[in-house]
Amino acid sequence: MDMLTVCGLRKRFGDKEVLRGLDMRVPEHSVFGFIGKNGAGKTTTMKAVLGLLQADAGEITVNGEPVVYGHTPTNRFVGYLPDVPEFYPFMTAPEYLRFCGEITEMPRSEIQARVKELLELVGLSEETHRIKGFSRGMKQRLGIAQALLNRPKLLICDEPTSALDPVGRKEILDILLAARKQTTVLFSTHILSDVERICTDVAFLRDGVMCIQGKLSEIKTRYRREEYLFETETSASADALLTAFPQMQSDGDRRLILCAQEHTLFDVLRFVAEQHIPLLRMERAEPTLESLFIEEAKS
Amino acid sequence: MRSLLALTKKELTEQLRTGKLAILGAVFVLFGIMNPAIAKLTPLLMEILSDTLSGSGIIVTEVTVTALDSWMQFFKNIPMGLILFVLLEGGIFTKEYQSGTLTLSLSKGLERYKVVVAKSATLVLLWSLGYWLCFGITYTYNAYFWDNTIAKNLIFSILSWWIFGLWVISLSVLFSVLSKQSSGVLLGTGGIVFGTYLPGILPKINEYLPTRLTDGNSLIYGLADTESYVSAWIITIATGLSCLAVSIPLFNKKSL
Repeated sequence: MDMLTVCGLRKRFGDKEVLRGLDMRVPEHSVFGFIGKNGAGKTTTMKAVLGLLQADAGEITVNGEPVVYGHTPTNRFVGYLPDVPEFYPFMTAPEYLRFCGEITEMPRSEIQARVKELLELVGLSEETHRIKGFSRGMKQRLGIAQALLNRPKLLICDEPTSALDPVGRKEILDILLAARKQTTVLFSTHILSDVERICTDVAFLRDGVMCIQGKLSEIKTRYRREEYLFETETSASADALLTAFPQMQSDGDRRLILCAQEHTLFDVLRFVAEQHIPLLRMERAEPTLESLFIEEAKS
Repeated sequence: MRSLLALTKKELTEQLRTGKLAILGAVFVLFGIMNPAIAKLTPLLMEILSDTLSGSGIIVTEVTVTALDSWMQFFKNIPMGLILFVLLEGGIFTKEYQSGTLTLSLSKGLERYKVVVAKSATLVLLWSLGYWLCFGITYTYNAYFWDNTIAKNLIFSILSWWIFGLWVISLSVLFSVLSKQSSGVLLGTGGIVFGTYLPGILPKINEYLPTRLTDGNSLIYGLADTESYVSAWIITIATGLSCLAVSIPLFNKKSL
């Protein structure tokens, strides 16, 4: 079942059409990486899903229920972490979480237990200061705690790691990985290494529509090319290979790239064996998300 | 209901911890003391100034001060109290739009009308507490120094001004929903109040305007009867409630 579906979403700001008929399906229990350049419309899409922004056209459902702008009972299924979460600075972290529990009418006993559990999960259980003294990383961790408070079926995170240092990023990604057991995670970002680390599904947003969408492993297979990398010990060996196989491309002093079918590869390997060419490395090039992203951005 | 109470509690905690409650308390207590103090000090001031005044041809004879002078000061000072109140609380909505704190609450499925209700209730509560505190202090001093019974229609005149304050608050709520910045709230509210004062110069129109309720002096001196305030009362309450009622659907459609 799809936890979130977006169909034909359109949104225009003045003369700029940010979303031009966006379609997206987020399967249940996936960690869905929503990738796009800055200003591509990721936040706009998320705000429309939360019913905080009126779309010009299109339909959105969360857990099978339609999202209605301004009146959003669907948000009871959702936990949201904005890119820069802002809290009431005069409250402490436990006070803020209790406040969130009360405004959503959670049973009192559950609030107590859940607040304690989540503060421990995000490492803020010892923190007694008011939120106004929190660092960006601490705010981000409190943001995840508030988003998970109501055990949401869908956790929406808008660029949760963008402004954090490597330690802070790792902490947030670990928490999101832990959250995956209980919920579906929709996670927008432009940091592709984060996506490769935790996402099961990805979608690339470009020019207001999705250009690639699907399981991360399937996309990698789909975009895998017959590309092999050779690294020889000496430059003379590289030259010999290049002379024998002119279709190879030089990629530096001792590195060669072969883009060809498998039988050509076997010919190259036979030549290497016959000529006793010492190889340092030979590998099949895997497409990285980065190369896909750059390629998509160029096309 | 619990969520509404939690929101109101959050508003009041914010007022307390950010020091706004202390400032409001100090302002209204100060005005409450100033009203009888100025009245009490008037004869002394006149005496000190008598030499200067006689030089300009004004002869100061014995000045008798009554509770009416103190109540006159009350109606003179309370507009300043209301202006300070609106300046201090004008950002109660807009501050949250700018910081994005409301987004998180609403993303949890909190119904939007509850935000309007909780914030309006907080404003009404704070204004009422401040206003009646100011009244209580002035009343007590007046009773001690003079005699409050000399003032005609006292409770009616005080109630009228309180209702006027609530009307201004309802305007500030409406403009808080319409505007994204507190400057918009202050300009809108100030503009409407000022715009209501201007036609009030004509006595026939004045009887129907909310600003009529600020004329407490005519009531306590017995220059006007309570019946002549009824139309203004009805119009003020009706427009005030309409502002609050309209704010809810407008807030439901507000882009945050």
